Amino acid sequence: MVELVVFALMGGASVLGALTVVRARNPVYAAMGLLATLFSMAVLYVLNLAHFVAAVQIIVYAGAVMTLFLFVIMLIGVDKAEDLRESIPHQRRLAMALGLVAVGIGIALVAQGRFSWVPVVSSPADPQATNGTVEAIAAPLFGEWVLAFEATALLLTIAAAGAIALASHRRPSPVLEQETGAS
Amino acid sequence: MNFVVTPGWYMTLAAILFGIGALGILVRRNALVMFMCIELMLNAVNLTFIAAGRALGNLDGQLAVFFVLVVAAAEVVVGLAIIVAIFRLRQTASVDDLTEMKG
Repeated sequence: MVELVVFALMGGASVLGALTVVRARNPVYAAMGLLATLFSMAVLYVLNLAHFVAAVQIIVYAGAVMTLFLFVIMLIGVDKAEDLRESIPHQRRLAMALGLVAVGIGIALVAQGRFSWVPVVSSPADPQATNGTVEAIAAPLFGEWVLAFEATALLLTIAAAGAIALASHRRPSPVLEQETGAS
Repeated sequence: MNFVVTPGWYMTLAAILFGIGALGILVRRNALVMFMCIELMLNAVNLTFIAAGRALGNLDGQLAVFFVLVVAAAEVVVGLAIIVAIFRLRQTASVDDLTEMKG
């Protein structure tokens, strides 16, 4: 019963946040909607006994990624209104219909399958086996999955180097040239 | 009707969130908001992983989510750097104005 209440609250919050991301005119509001979705997702992870992943979700997504997003929004500027002309005729209506069809197919597949692909379904599953504590996550992460772990380390290094290479690329901007030319 | 929250409920919620994210990609023009919609879809997939891992009774789903989080962090860093670089060059973040690969 507790799980049902928490699921309903957090599921509603995540859907509302997702709708805010899509609907909001101001990118800052969209970022706040995404933040609400990320937080309620973390609570849903805890409901599924994924404690470590929930903590990482808060720290990495809600902390680092959202800060980066807001920083870039401030850098680019939020005052420009989005162009509402449709370059493809009926684009919004078609997209809405496609989205509804996609959601409908997803829900129908979940409802129809009833997890026939799951060999042993006992809900809730054995809490000891799925309890995602730090120790329980670390054992397979540094054993069976250690190669993938090293690969992610390499990936993060490459991403950091790539971001620095992209950001430090300086060329004189036309605005600056005009200002110096005028003065 | 029994009101036990099964993994199917979580997967249905994930399907709805994924659909909303895909809708945002199709409708919005602002590159930043489209990027946020990609994050939304990644999160929906993460929820599916967690629910499936719980249904299967092992930790592999949570490990997969861990790796998805790392890849998403790398993707955000590079993607936002690209958006900032494009904005410096073109003074716009609207994808309608970015119809060619030429810099």
